[in-house]
Amino acid sequence: MFESLGWLPTFPLLGFLILFLSGGGLPKRLIAVIGAGSIGLAFVAAIVVALPIISGDAEVIVHEVYTWMAVGSFNSAFGMYLDGLSVVMILVITGVGFLIHLYSTGFMIDDPSYSRFFAIMNLFVAAMLVLVLADNLLLLYLGWEGVGLCSYLLIGFWYQDPANGYAARKAFVTTRVGDTSMAIGLFLIFTQLGSLDIQESMALAQGEWGLDSGYAVAAALLLLGGAVGKSAQLPLQTWLPDAMAGPTPISALIHAATMVTAGVYLIARTHALFELAPDVQLLVALIGLATLLIAGFTAMTQHDIKRILAYSTISQIGYMFLGLGVGAWSASVFHLMTHAFFKALLFLAAGTVILSLHHEHDIFKMGGKWRQLPVAFASFLIGSLALAAFPYTSGYFSKDEILLAALELEHAGFWLWLGGVVGAFFTGIYSFRLVFVVFFGESAGHHEAREVTGFSMAAPLLVLMVLALAGGLIHVPTESVFAASEHGEHHVSALMHSIMIAVPLLGIALSYLFYGSRTLSVERLMSNTIAQGLHKFWFAGWGFDGLYRRLLITPYVWLAAVNKRDVVDTAAGLLVTLSEAGNSLLTRSQSGSLRWYILSVVGGTVLLITLGGVL
Amino acid sequence: MESIPFEHGLMLAATLFCLGLIGVMTRRNIVFVLMSLEIMLNASGLAFIVSGSRWGGADGQVMFLMILTLAAAEVAVGLGLIIQLYKRFKTIDIDVLSALKG
Repeated sequence: MFESLGWLPTFPLLGFLILFLSGGGLPKRLIAVIGAGSIGLAFVAAIVVALPIISGDAEVIVHEVYTWMAVGSFNSAFGMYLDGLSVVMILVITGVGFLIHLYSTGFMIDDPSYSRFFAIMNLFVAAMLVLVLADNLLLLYLGWEGVGLCSYLLIGFWYQDPANGYAARKAFVTTRVGDTSMAIGLFLIFTQLGSLDIQESMALAQGEWGLDSGYAVAAALLLLGGAVGKSAQLPLQTWLPDAMAGPTPISALIHAATMVTAGVYLIARTHALFELAPDVQLLVALIGLATLLIAGFTAMTQHDIKRILAYSTISQIGYMFLGLGVGAWSASVFHLMTHAFFKALLFLAAGTVILSLHHEHDIFKMGGKWRQLPVAFASFLIGSLALAAFPYTSGYFSKDEILLAALELEHAGFWLWLGGVVGAFFTGIYSFRLVFVVFFGESAGHHEAREVTGFSMAAPLLVLMVLALAGGLIHVPTESVFAASEHGEHHVSALMHSIMIAVPLLGIALSYLFYGSRTLSVERLMSNTIAQGLHKFWFAGWGFDGLYRRLLITPYVWLAAVNKRDVVDTAAGLLVTLSEAGNSLLTRSQSGSLRWYILSVVGGTVLLITLGGVL
Repeated sequence: MESIPFEHGLMLAATLFCLGLIGVMTRRNIVFVLMSLEIMLNASGLAFIVSGSRWGGADGQVMFLMILTLAAAEVAVGLGLIIQLYKRFKTIDIDVLSALKG
């Protein structure tokens, strides 16, 4: 019964409707069953529909649910399109999504808004599935905005704290900048090509727009704007660290595994367009490189466990953009998948740490916790190894492919590769800095804490540990999608390859010397003023927040304050003011004195007669 | 018989009207205000009569009869009101009585 693609988003949507309409009146056990069960069913459905494509029996599956809107020549169906790329996406979304939902049933058990949490989570999964299954850009945009809305609702989930509401608004408004750009891109594609169907418009674009033509460059740039906003890349990356205000499973699901990678998906989906605009494609790579380096620097200086992971997410998506930019589409999608595994693992483990230590976020108030938190420790160790691309973990394979592809690019290739390798060095440092500070050394607080576990929280961690270790062996079935544009095997010298293996290990070693054995002292490093200044600069995320506050927010608030009375409304307001003035004038004439009335009548009559005489 | 010139009649009517008007505007006693009003009505009536006789039409006299009736009715109602006012407020000063408003 699950052959139809339409089932996929239906299950989470049904879950959302039941939880939403019941208004939180259901018992918690039932809420957990509905909330996690709907995603489990969607996962089963995803496997069923994905099997023919994975086994190679079919290249694409198309299913039109109904005609969504038909206006004039424009006809948009609620149509779904499944190929190798969307197969990876739906399996990640429903699979990792199910594990995170399962984890949440334990993690959120004490929260009074248990039902609301699962309702929005289910809605999110439904919207995300619509996004990746859409066969036209308009439907994709519906899912795109849907996940944005759910992200907003979930970042501000604990809305009693105004700071969380602020973070939610910041995320919403910042991504809206990108979304607007994307919407304009869709308008451009529709007006120029007359179709929003992805496959059709891509084929049309290749036929009608030449290489490097103005329209192709503009459309690719506008879509890139949308991707940059959603995937928290330079210059719209500032919202993601603040988005950590939401509950930790949200960060794992939305801000690590699925939604933030939607930008990567969008570019991979419209890769034909980006190939028509090689300059824009190079820009994608440069944005990715700049973002991964900036976020890497920042991650090394943070001390909030979730913010470290947030910057690491930004950095890893930077790698994916780098891969997209050099045309390694499959490698980027592969990294998207492995990243979903190990980053979800890290976030969920961080959630366990935070919950066990009574909502402690500062890693320097933890220390020596590996005995107390064995499951979280194992998760962090494996997740960090995968994140740092330790040989034969999942992250190693995917990051390798991206960097090798970068190296093969002409001209800029070597520099992109070098930047990526330097980024990998930072990844080694910051990921193991986290492990060493939290789990080794002296205990710096919460000495009596005990690990909060249970089947629902431990099982997803175990599954994700296996996936983070062995996920690199999974084959991504995207050959048919990117067939035309990818070269096969990479040929690089053994020297380059060994550098790529050695550099993350060097990072880990350096991190050990600073934070593990303490042979090298952080205090001594921080003693001079230049280091302190750099630390402050990096800690603030390279001052982007401050820059935007000065450049955009302050002028805007000033403008709003100046225009408080609304200049445009003055003309209409003038009429009101005049009538009120006339009213108060006439009110004064109604004095109640008979003599005054008579005088007015006489005066008026005399005036009229005189006027009559004059005229 | 030598008739009174038409202009003289109108002048008399205008003078009477102005006297009545001044009375209405300046008097404080409401009975005198009413009387001044009567004078104004009669002045206009006189103007009708004079005009009627000047052009030899019957309309002026008809109009005068109507004004006469109107004035009688007005006086009846007006005096009745004044008596009631006096009974209730013990005064017939219009400046005091204007406190009625509201």
